[in-house]
Amino acid sequence: MGSLILRKATRYLFPVIMMFSIYLLLRGHNEPGGGFVGGLAAASAFILNQLAFDVPSTKRLMNVDSLTLIGVGLLTALGSSVFTLLDGQPYFSSHWATIRITSDWHLSIGTPLIFDIGVYLVVLGVTLAILLSISNFRKSP
Amino acid sequence: MLYAVMSGFVAAALLPLLHRFLGERSSLIAALVPLALTVWFATCFSRVASGEVLVSQSSWLPEIHLELGFRLDGLSLLFALLISAIGALVIPYTSAYLHGNPRQHQFVSATLMFMASMLGVVLSDNLVLLFIFWELTSFTSYLLIGFDHEKEESRKAALQALLVTGLGGLFLLAGLLLLGTAAGSFSLSEILRADGALAGHADYTLFLGLILVGAFSKSAQTPFHFWLPNAMQAPTPASAYLHSSTMVKAGVYLLARLNPVLGGTEAWIGWLTAVGVLTLLTGALMASAQVYLKRLLAYTTVAALGFMVMLLGIGSARAVQAAVVFLMAHACYKASLFLVAGIITHETGEADVRRLGGLLRFMPVAGACSVVAAVSMAGLPLSFGFVAKELVYASVLDRLLVFIPAVAASLLFVLVAFQVGIKPFLPGSSDSSGTPHEAPPAMLAGPVILGLACLAGGFFPQAFAGALAASAAAAIQGGPVSELDLQAWHGITPESVASALTLMLGIAAVFATGHWVRIGSAMKPLADFGPDRVYLAELKGLNLLAVWQTRVLQSGSLRRYVAIIVLAMVGLFVLSVLRSGELPILNRNTPLTLPSLILGLLIMLGAIGSMIATSRISAVAALGVVGFCVSLIYVLHGAPDLAMTQLVVEALGAVLLVSAFLNLPSFHDRKRWVGRFRDAVVAILGGLAMTLMTLMANDVQLAPSIAHYFAETSVLLGHGRNIVNVILVDFRALDTLGEITVLAIAGASAVALLKLRMAGKRRS
Repeated sequence: MGSLILRKATRYLFPVIMMFSIYLLLRGHNEPGGGFVGGLAAASAFILNQLAFDVPSTKRLMNVDSLTLIGVGLLTALGSSVFTLLDGQPYFSSHWATIRITSDWHLSIGTPLIFDIGVYLVVLGVTLAILLSISNFRKSP
Repeated sequence: MLYAVMSGFVAAALLPLLHRFLGERSSLIAALVPLALTVWFATCFSRVASGEVLVSQSSWLPEIHLELGFRLDGLSLLFALLISAIGALVIPYTSAYLHGNPRQHQFVSATLMFMASMLGVVLSDNLVLLFIFWELTSFTSYLLIGFDHEKEESRKAALQALLVTGLGGLFLLAGLLLLGTAAGSFSLSEILRADGALAGHADYTLFLGLILVGAFSKSAQTPFHFWLPNAMQAPTPASAYLHSSTMVKAGVYLLARLNPVLGGTEAWIGWLTAVGVLTLLTGALMASAQVYLKRLLAYTTVAALGFMVMLLGIGSARAVQAAVVFLMAHACYKASLFLVAGIITHETGEADVRRLGGLLRFMPVAGACSVVAAVSMAGLPLSFGFVAKELVYASVLDRLLVFIPAVAASLLFVLVAFQVGIKPFLPGSSDSSGTPHEAPPAMLAGPVILGLACLAGGFFPQAFAGALAASAAAAIQGGPVSELDLQAWHGITPESVASALTLMLGIAAVFATGHWVRIGSAMKPLADFGPDRVYLAELKGLNLLAVWQTRVLQSGSLRRYVAIIVLAMVGLFVLSVLRSGELPILNRNTPLTLPSLILGLLIMLGAIGSMIATSRISAVAALGVVGFCVSLIYVLHGAPDLAMTQLVVEALGAVLLVSAFLNLPSFHDRKRWVGRFRDAVVAILGGLAMTLMTLMANDVQLAPSIAHYFAETSVLLGHGRNIVNVILVDFRALDTLGEITVLAIAGASAVALLKLRMAGKRRS
C-alpha cells in the first residue's frame, strides 16, 4: 500500500466516486441506484483514500465523526416525515412537490428523497465506522 | 379530569425550570397544584355524594382498548381527596425538611409525579390505563425511596420495593387482561355494570388470583410485606405520603374497586380475610421488636393495611363502612405521626425511641399534634381513630377468629402510639447533641391540620366524614348510597366494652414496654427466615443463572456463535418440516439456461476453493468469486439494484476482511481434523437446509402477490420508476427505518467493542 500510483490516482478518483455516489442517490427513484448503494459507493471512496494514505488523513477528509453521520442520518430519515404529523396522515406518507421546468420536463421532489438521504448517511457512517476502526485497530500497540 | 391528572405531571416537568429562577421557593409554589386539586375535588363532592358518577372520556389508542377514560365516584373521590390533600401538606413540609439540599426540587418533582400517577390509579376508568398509572406509582416510589442514592441501603430498599411491586404488577397486568377479556370490555364502568356475572366465569379463579397477588404486593400484605419497612430509607415526607397514606393503599383501592364484580365468593372472602389477618398479626409481631420511629410506624402500617384487606374480605355492608372510615382515620393519624417523627429526627438527629424524651418543652406544637395523632391511633374516645375502631369492632364481633387478631392489633396500636407519639415528649431527656428547636411553620402545617382532622373526626364524625364515607362505601358495595350514622359516642355497647378492654390491656402493655422489646428481640432470629431471606435468595439465584447462561451462550468465540446460529436455523427448519408432515414435492421444471449453469458452476468452484485455500487471502479471493457470480445472477434475472449493491459490498467486504486478518491468529491453528470435521457437518447441514428452504419458498405462496400493485402504483403514488427503490423509501419506509436503525446500532457497537479492546490493550 501507499504506492505513488495509487495515491495519485486516488486524488482524481475520490471526487469522481463521490459524485457518482450522489448521482446514484439522486437517480435512485427512477433508475437503479438509491441511498443504500450510494452510501456504499461513498464509503468506498473514503476507503480508497484510507488504503492509499492512512486512517488519520481519511478522518481529516471526512471532517465529521462517523458516529455523528449515523446519528444525523437516522434523524434525517426519521424526521423526513414530520409533515405527516401536521396533517394527520399515517407516518411516512409521502409528500411531493412538482417543479415544472419546461412544458414536458418537470422535477418531482418529495419526502422519500429526504428519507433516502438519511439512508445514505447511515450506510456511509456505519461502513466507515466499522472499517476505519478495524484498520485503526492494528495500528495501536 | 384528564387535566386534573395531567397537571401533576406538567408541574413536575416545569418545576426544575422554576427552581432555576426561584430556588427553594419553587417548592411552595408547587404545593399550589395539589391544593388546587383538593379544592376542585371538594367542589365535586356534592354531586358525587348524591350518587352521580362523573365521567370524562377521550380516545388515546382505541386499537388496544386504551382510552383516556376517567370516572369519579364516591370511592375515587375519597382517595383523590386524600391524595391531593396530603400532597398539599407534604410538599411544603419537604421544602423545610430538605432545606438546603440542592436536589430538593427533584424530590418535589418526583412527589408531584407520584401524586399525578396515584390520582390516575384511582380515577382511571380503563383497566389498561389503571395499570399504566399503577406502574408509574411503583416507578416514582423507586425514585423517592432511592433519593439518597449515595447510601447503599437506600438503593437496595428502592430496588427491592420496585422489584416486589413490579413483579406484583406483572401478575396484575395478566389478571386485568383476563378480566377485561372475560368481561368483554376494558372499561371499569361497563365491567361494574355487569355486576356479579363474572364470579361464575370459567377463568374466575385464575384472574382473581392474579389480581390478588398484584394488590397484595402493592399493599404490603404478607408475604410481600417486607419491602415496606425497608422502604423507610426514603426521606420522611415520602414515607408519610407514599408509604403510609396513599401508595400502599392502592392495593386496597383496587380490591375495593373490584369488590362488586369479584367479591362475595368463597375464594374472595377466604383469601382476603386470611391474608388480612395474617398480615395484621405479622405487622403486630414485627412491630414489637422495633425501636426506630419510622420502622415502628411502618410495621403498624402493615398491620393497618391487613385490617383493611380483612374488612373488605368480610364484605358485609358494615365491614365495608368500617374499612372506609378506618382508612380515613388511618391516613390522618399515620401521616401526622410520620411527619412528627420526621421533625423529631430532623431536630435531634435521633430515631431510637429508647433515647428520646423530654422534647415537649422544645417543640410544644409538634408535641401537641403528636399526642393528638397518637390518641387517635390508640383509639381513645373523642378521636377519629375511636370512631373507626368502634365500627371495626362492630363488624367483627360475631367472628371470633377475626375478632381476636383485631383486638391484638389494636392493642399494638396503643403500644406503638405511646412509644412514637407520646413518649418522646414525656419528661425525660434525649441523648441529642445541641438543643432541638420547634420546627418551622412549613413543617408544622401538616401535623397541625391532620391533627385537627383527627379531632374533628372524633367530635363531629358524621359532619366531618359521614357523607364521604357513605358514598365511598356505596361505591364499594356497588349499590345506592346507604345510610351511615357515625357517632362520637354510642353509649355502652359490646364494641365499647371491647374498646375499653383493649385500651386497658394496651396501657398495661405500655408499662411493660421493656418486656415487650425483650420478647420481640428474642423473636428477631425468626424474622431472618422470613420472605426477606427468600427475596435475597431469589436475587442471588437470578444472578447465578445470568452468569451461567452468559458463560454458555456468550463464549466469545465467533466460531461457536456461527455454529449456534446455523444449527438453530437447521433445527427450526427440521421442526417445521416435521410439523407440516412432509417435504413439498419439488417438481418445478425451470429451464436451466447456459449462463446460469456456468455461473452456478463457478460459484461452486469458488466455494470449494475457499475451503481448501491455504491462506486467508486466497480464501477471501475465492469467496469473492462466489460474490461476483451471485451479483451476475442478479443481473441475469433483472435485478440491477441488487447486483450493484452486491458488487460494492463484495469490494468493501474484502477490505474489511483483510484489515481484520491482521489481528487474527495464524491460519494453520485451525487445521486440526476433529474441528474441521465438526465444521463441515455444521456447514453441510446449514447448506442443505438453506437450499431446501429456498426451493420450497419458490413453491409456497401464502398470500396473493402484490408485485402487480407495486408495479402499477409505483409511478402514480411513488413518483418513481425504480420499483425497488420506491418500495424501500416510500411504500415500506418503516421497514427501511428499522433496518437502518439496526445497522446504526451494529455500527456503534462494533466501534465500541474495538475501542474497548484497544483501551484494554493499552492498559496491559
